Amino acid sequence: MSDLPNALALQRNALWERLGLASLVMPALLLIVITMLLPVCWLFYLSVLSDAGAFSLEHYQRMWEQPSYGRTFLTTFRVSLLTTGICILLGYPLAYFLSELPKRAANLCMVAVLLPLWTSLLVRTYAWLVLLQRRGLINNWGIELGLWDEPLTLVHNLAGTLIGMVHVMLPFLVLPLYASMRAIDRNYLRAAANLGASPLRSFWLVFFPLALPGLSAGVLIVFILCLGFYVTPAVLGGGKVIMVSSRIANDIEIFFNWGAASALGVVLLVLTALLILGTARLTRLGNIMPSGGRP
Amino acid sequence: MSWLKQSATDTQITHGARLWLYVVAVLVMVWLVIPTLLVIPMSFSASQYLEFPPREWSVRWYKSYFNSTAWMQATVTSLKAGVLTALLATPLATMAAYGLHVSRLRHANLLLMLLLTPMVVPVILIGIGVFYAYVKLKLVNSMLGLVLAHSMLAIPVVMLVVASALKSFDLDQELVARSLGASRIKAFWMVTLPQIKFSVVTGAVLAFLTSFDEIIVSLFVSGGDNSTLTRNMFNALRDQVDPTIAAISTLIVLATTVLLVITQYVGRGK
Repeated sequence: MSDLPNALALQRNALWERLGLASLVMPALLLIVITMLLPVCWLFYLSVLSDAGAFSLEHYQRMWEQPSYGRTFLTTFRVSLLTTGICILLGYPLAYFLSELPKRAANLCMVAVLLPLWTSLLVRTYAWLVLLQRRGLINNWGIELGLWDEPLTLVHNLAGTLIGMVHVMLPFLVLPLYASMRAIDRNYLRAAANLGASPLRSFWLVFFPLALPGLSAGVLIVFILCLGFYVTPAVLGGGKVIMVSSRIANDIEIFFNWGAASALGVVLLVLTALLILGTARLTRLGNIMPSGGRP
Repeated sequence: MSWLKQSATDTQITHGARLWLYVVAVLVMVWLVIPTLLVIPMSFSASQYLEFPPREWSVRWYKSYFNSTAWMQATVTSLKAGVLTALLATPLATMAAYGLHVSRLRHANLLLMLLLTPMVVPVILIGIGVFYAYVKLKLVNSMLGLVLAHSMLAIPVVMLVVASALKSFDLDQELVARSLGASRIKAFWMVTLPQIKFSVVTGAVLAFLTSFDEIIVSLFVSGGDNSTLTRNMFNALRDQVDPTIAAISTLIVLATTVLLVITQYVGRGK
C-alpha cells in the first residue's frame, strides 16, 4: 500500500496533463464563440423583442399571418427540392459511371467533379449569367441549330436559378455517393447474378441499398446547403426567386429590421437543425463532411 | 462496333446496354467543366458584349482591371485578408485538432461539434450575426474584423484536414521522443509536426481560399477601403454584366489552379 500516494499523484498529474492538452482547443473555440455563437444567440434574443423593446412574438406572428412569408418558405422548399431532385438524376449515373471505371481513369474524371469546387462560386455564377442571357451562347446556338426561334428567357427566373444551383451542388452529392459506391464489393453483384437475378434486379436489391448511405448523406448536405443558399439565387434569380436568405438580407440592407430578419434566421436555423437531427440515424455525420470541401 | 457487344462487367451487361450511362456521365462532366473554361476565351473579347467565340481579340478588360484603383484596392484587401486568415486559422485549428486528438476527453465529441458549427449554420445567419456584433464592437469595415470572421469560417475546414492526418499518425513516436528527454512541445515540434506538415500546409491553403472566396460575410462586414474583391464582384453582377469581371474571373481561376497544383505537387514529393 506504500505506493498509494504515488499512484494518486500520478493520477492527478495525468488529469492535469489531459486538461492542459484539452485547453489547446480553447483559442479556436473562443474565436468561434465570440464571432459566431454569441451573435447568433443575440439574434435569437432580438427575434423575440418588439420594436418598442419589450418581449413579444410579433415577428413570428407576422411571419405566420403574412402570406408573403409563406410564399418565401414555399419557394425555398420548392427550389431546394427541385435542385436536390435534379442533382440525384444527374449525379447518380455519374457516380455510378465513375465507380465502375478503373481507379486511375476515375481519378482523372474526378477532376471534372472537383474543378467546380475549386473555382470561386462567383466565377461560376458569372459564367452562367453570361451563357444564359438573351444574347448568350446557349440562345445563339439554340437558334442557329433551329431548336427554338425566339431567344428563351433562361436567366433572372426559376430556370436560371436551378441551372446555377444544380451546378454548384452536384459535386456535394457525387463525392459521398461515389465514395460509398466505390466501397461496394462487386462480388455481391456476381453472387446475385449467379443466383439468377437480372441486372436490374441485382442493382435494385443489392447495389442500391448498399450505396444508400452515400446517397442519403449527399442528399442531406445538398438540401441543407440549398435551404440557406444566397448568392446564386440572388444573381441568377434576378429578384424573381426570393429565398429565405435573400429575404433576410433585404430585411437588413433595405429595411434595417433586425427583429424580422432574426426571426427568419431562427426559423431557418431550426429547420436546418431539425433536418440534421432527424436524419442523424439514417446518415452518419462523418459521411456528410467532404474532406476539405468548400461549400 | 464489336466493343458494344463486349461485356462491361462479369455479369450479363454489355457496353452497348450501358451506352446511355456513358453518354449521360460524359455530358454531365462536360456540363460541370464548360462554364468555368468558357470564361477564359470570353475575357479576351474586344466587344462590350460578352460573346463566344469573340469576333475580335483584345486585352482591354485586363487593362480596365489593372488600371482601376477600386478593383486593385479590393484585390489587395482580399489577398491580405486571405493571408492573415491562413496565418491565424491554421495554428488555432491545428492546436484544436491536436488537443482533441491527444487528450481523449469524455466530451471531446461535444467540443468537436461546437468547433464544426460554422460549417452547419446557414452562412446568411452568420453574416448578419457577425454584422450585428461588429456594429456594437465598431469592427465593421475593418481588416481585423474581416480576418476574425473569416478565420472562424476557416477553422472547421483546417481542423478536418489536420485531424484526418493525426488519425493516421502513430502517437507512440511522440512518447519515444519524450522518453528520450524531449519536452512535450519539443516532441510535437520535432516529431509530429514534420510528419503532418503536408496536411497543415493544405489546411493553410484551404483557409486562404475560404477567405478569398467568401462572399456573404464580406458583403456585410467589409466596405469602404476594405471592400473585398468578392464584394465588389457581387455588387457588379447585380447591376450589369461588366466584361471586366470575365478578366478577373480568369485570373482567379488561374491563380487558384496554380496554388492547388503546387500544393499537390509538394505533397507528392513527400
